[in-house]
Amino acid sequence: MTHETTADAGPVFIGTIREELEAICARYPSRQAALLPGLWIIQRERGWVSPAAMEEIAGLLGCSAAHVKGVVTFYTMYHQHPVGRHFIQVCTTSPCGACGADDVVRTLLEKTGCGELGVTSADGRFTVIEVECLGACGFATPIMINDEFHESVTPARVPTILAQLK
Amino acid sequence: MTTPPMVSLTIEGRPVAVPAGTSILEAAKQVGVLIPHYCYHPALPVAGVCRMCLVEVEKAPKLAPACATAVAEGQVVHVHTDATHKAREGVLEFLLINHPLDCPICDQAGECELQDYTFQEGRATSRYEEPKRFNPMEDFGGDVLYVPNRCILCTRCVRFMDDVAQDPVLNVSERGDRALIGKAPDHDLTHPWAANVVDLCPVGALLSKDFLNKARAWELDRTASVCPNCSQGCNTIVETRDNVVVRLRPRANEAVNQHFLCDAGRADYRWMNRTDRIVHPLIKVGAEHREAGWEVAMATLASAVRTRPVHVVASAHSSNETLFLLRALIAIAGGRGVFTVRSEGVEEPLPGVPDLARRTERAPNARGAELLGFTRTADPLREVQDGDVVLVVDDALEGIDLAPLARADAVVFAGTVIAPALAQRAVIAIPLTNVVEEEGTFTNLRGRVQRYLQAKTPPALARPGWFVFAELLRRLGAPTPGFVPADIFQALAAQVPPFEGLSYDQLGLQGALVRAEVGV
Amino acid sequence: MGYPHRPHPRETPVLSAHFGDPDARSLTGWRTRGGYVALERALGQTPGAIVDEVKASGLRGRGGAGFPTGIKWSFMRPGDGKPHYLCCNADESEPGTFKDREIMRWTPHALVEGVAIGAYAIGATTAYIYIRGEFTEPLQRVETAVREAYAAGILGADAMGSGHRIDVHVHRGAGAYICGEETALMNSIEGKRGNPRIKPPFPAVAGLFGQPTTINNVESLAAVPHILTRGAAWYQSLQLSNPKSVGTKLFSVCGNVARPGNYEMVLGFPFGEFLEDVVGGAPTGRKIKAVIPGGSSVPMLTRDEAMGAVMDYEGMIAAGTMLGSGGVIVFDDSQSIPRMVARLARFYAHESCAQCSQCREGTAWTTRILERICAGEGTYADLDTLLDIADNMTGKTICVLSDSCAAPVVSGLQKFRHEFEALIPKKQNTVAVAAD
Repeated sequence: MTHETTADAGPVFIGTIREELEAICARYPSRQAALLPGLWIIQRERGWVSPAAMEEIAGLLGCSAAHVKGVVTFYTMYHQHPVGRHFIQVCTTSPCGACGADDVVRTLLEKTGCGELGVTSADGRFTVIEVECLGACGFATPIMINDEFHESVTPARVPTILAQLK
Repeated sequence: MTTPPMVSLTIEGRPVAVPAGTSILEAAKQVGVLIPHYCYHPALPVAGVCRMCLVEVEKAPKLAPACATAVAEGQVVHVHTDATHKAREGVLEFLLINHPLDCPICDQAGECELQDYTFQEGRATSRYEEPKRFNPMEDFGGDVLYVPNRCILCTRCVRFMDDVAQDPVLNVSERGDRALIGKAPDHDLTHPWAANVVDLCPVGALLSKDFLNKARAWELDRTASVCPNCSQGCNTIVETRDNVVVRLRPRANEAVNQHFLCDAGRADYRWMNRTDRIVHPLIKVGAEHREAGWEVAMATLASAVRTRPVHVVASAHSSNETLFLLRALIAIAGGRGVFTVRSEGVEEPLPGVPDLARRTERAPNARGAELLGFTRTADPLREVQDGDVVLVVDDALEGIDLAPLARADAVVFAGTVIAPALAQRAVIAIPLTNVVEEEGTFTNLRGRVQRYLQAKTPPALARPGWFVFAELLRRLGAPTPGFVPADIFQALAAQVPPFEGLSYDQLGLQGALVRAEVGV
Repeated sequence: MGYPHRPHPRETPVLSAHFGDPDARSLTGWRTRGGYVALERALGQTPGAIVDEVKASGLRGRGGAGFPTGIKWSFMRPGDGKPHYLCCNADESEPGTFKDREIMRWTPHALVEGVAIGAYAIGATTAYIYIRGEFTEPLQRVETAVREAYAAGILGADAMGSGHRIDVHVHRGAGAYICGEETALMNSIEGKRGNPRIKPPFPAVAGLFGQPTTINNVESLAAVPHILTRGAAWYQSLQLSNPKSVGTKLFSVCGNVARPGNYEMVLGFPFGEFLEDVVGGAPTGRKIKAVIPGGSSVPMLTRDEAMGAVMDYEGMIAAGTMLGSGGVIVFDDSQSIPRMVARLARFYAHESCAQCSQCREGTAWTTRILERICAGEGTYADLDTLLDIADNMTGKTICVLSDSCAAPVVSGLQKFRHEFEALIPKKQNTVAVAAD
């Protein structure tokens, strides 16, 4: 998954990517059902979902731009602005909270240089956010870095994990 | 089409029978029980989200949302119990915790359903001690402002734009208590019927820019009327403060406009207050016009008309009553009656309502004029004969070549605003009232005759057209039905076959159709 | 299996028999472990016969509601001329629950087979597996398994040569707990906000795309092939306490325990022995203080209550809570109950879809009060307000997220009130003393 921070250049759904979207549409009796998968494609290609991209997919699937915006703002995983190259999500819901998740967050904020949740580090490499239950409660504390799960993260393991990221 | 079977149930001790599929909330209305609600609206698809309408249904384990629960045979429903009161009090409390204490500056105050129900069933004090959520005000385009802090997320506006206007430009954005109504950039509320969301909003979250900070709801006098801007004949409420029209709103009429009014009709009320019009009779003396009193004016009018043939240029803006008396005048004096109607733009329908559109015919009573025997024409002066008295009623004759007037023996004008070129040639100008200064009836494009009532007093000596022409007929020695519009209409109904059987009582405030049989 | 630990002797590994075994993931690996025998057999039977077998087994929905699966399937009217849909609910987002994830990571074909059988049984030619967006590895594993199944002719227009079409599509969610609610899940598949729908109409009448639909949990569907190959009577024999609670259940154990992980137990197992013996109790030097037995939406139990409870649907109700998703969250004596409850309330506040007034405002209000209490700025009146808010949030909304937020608040206050009171400053003077 790329995280372009430059403005998106032109339409997303051209060529093979358009074919990909159409193949997805064929799975459902209604084109609008391809919206969530389509938004994932946009995020995969551009790193985030811009208003222009929302407008584009609205036109392709036959729903309004307002509808697409309502969907994008509902689901937390779609980024509405560019984020760091390594988007780090830390689960802090109570089962993980009881196992030191807050310490993991603090350590990550410090070691990445982000300082604050939701803020991209100055070098553009990292954004750290807290998320709700990641469904890996027995492996506290789980974190996701882009699409990868890291389980049983402790403050001590943070430097090693970060060192492996470009 | 099979009719659904009837279902009998009891609501608050009152027995009621309604077709299967009816909601408990609608069934309750029929026996005079109002179940408090916000998100429900008869013209919109059911959402069931505000949770205000929860009622107790005997033998059901949980409170049921009355708007979203269909009636069942033998159901016993309670609207006022400890449980339902606590539930409603709870909803009101939840709606108020983030709601700003804006009543002193909020336009909705005095006509706010949050105020109303809180006063009726809410807590007297607030238990909320946390910071309130804040979002800045937004311009949604068109006439509409959105104040997110006041929004109770009933989603009526979203459902209206989606299903009735069929222009889905509004959404719910975000989640949880961060949610608010949103729109996509560059997609504004420009739909010709979008401003109805302001009426639909139960609170002061959606506001009319036009009405912003203009008047307080309790200062307004409200009068039932009919929109004069096109032939649809949407029912309206004219709201005045101190004899000035400050707002127009739709009045419910299932057969004409349901609950809606188009933005153009809604906005077009300023002319009703204009003072650049004739308010005294003006009689030509030499080269100039002089103000005259009523007696003199009527005597002059009568002598100008006498029994010479009249060429009446009537107006599709005139009431049926006025047109009827002009028709009587033509009958005794000889001559003819014509009218022009401005047609412009394109039809702008409200797709979710059958047969509702802003019509291209921009006048309220063209159908009435036709039924009353006036001829529609684009060239109203063409048939003026030598020696005619030309009587121009409520028509400024804009863009019409006035040269044929030279053939006339006299030109008489009756109306509100007179163009200088016409004024020059008129021997007398009689001031008439406009639609909000009189009562009368119009006939819409489908032949529905609808009453409109007087909302403000007319200036100086302006009088309704039917009053002036009743007086004229009296002076000409012709029989007249008198000076009471109900009586004039009675005579109209007796003498003009399409209107047979109608009366003001019969029309009420929802109107009635002319007889279809009489081939018009 | 107490994955990632070795199976405990007191477990009964059925669904978890191959957890930790990478070879079980592939189609060939699954087949050598007995996979797709059940589907082949099922495709030779009538759908009605399969429904009857599942009914007879007593399998109950493992997502949290515990509704008998066979009966749910029987709501789908055969021959109504409408397209039927099966949705597999793999949205697993209930705090404390991580069992479906393991089923999908280790035995994705078990799920594919269960979905295929379920689709056939309810007369559906199309099934959607709705996997939460964060489950990137399960997504990959299940998508691969589906591809393998298509390539082998197990899925497609002529499933296993039966002449029946079975299409399975994976649909990825995007971060919303509420999409685990069955009607919100359907809305999410349709490309809308994940708003729960008002019922009636029920999904079996008008569900996905307005058509008759059944929604089943991953664990429920994964159990179906076992039931069909080993028989309903076998499944019924797996009971320890109540004949209405049979079979095995994966219990996800997390929080302050020696051995967190998934454990597959026969229903009816004594909870006290489970906590002390099977999962090893609290970490060294600590003592269990509170247990939430079924995911965060069920009332919490004190240690004593948990020790005396039975791990099945009726047993947990008798203990004043519910079996729910079987997500066992354990708090030891180092945890602050108010802080845990506050964080749970914050979870619900984040996840509320915003439709119902009580939930939208109540979850956030509850969270703010609790956080203020945890910050040492609470009052005694706040505790009463919390309970009243919880009461106003219960039984009044379109779905039960609102009630779920109330559960930890009410049970936490009922059973650990002293901890909340300890956070309230004792001096609450409002009169300023003038300096002399």
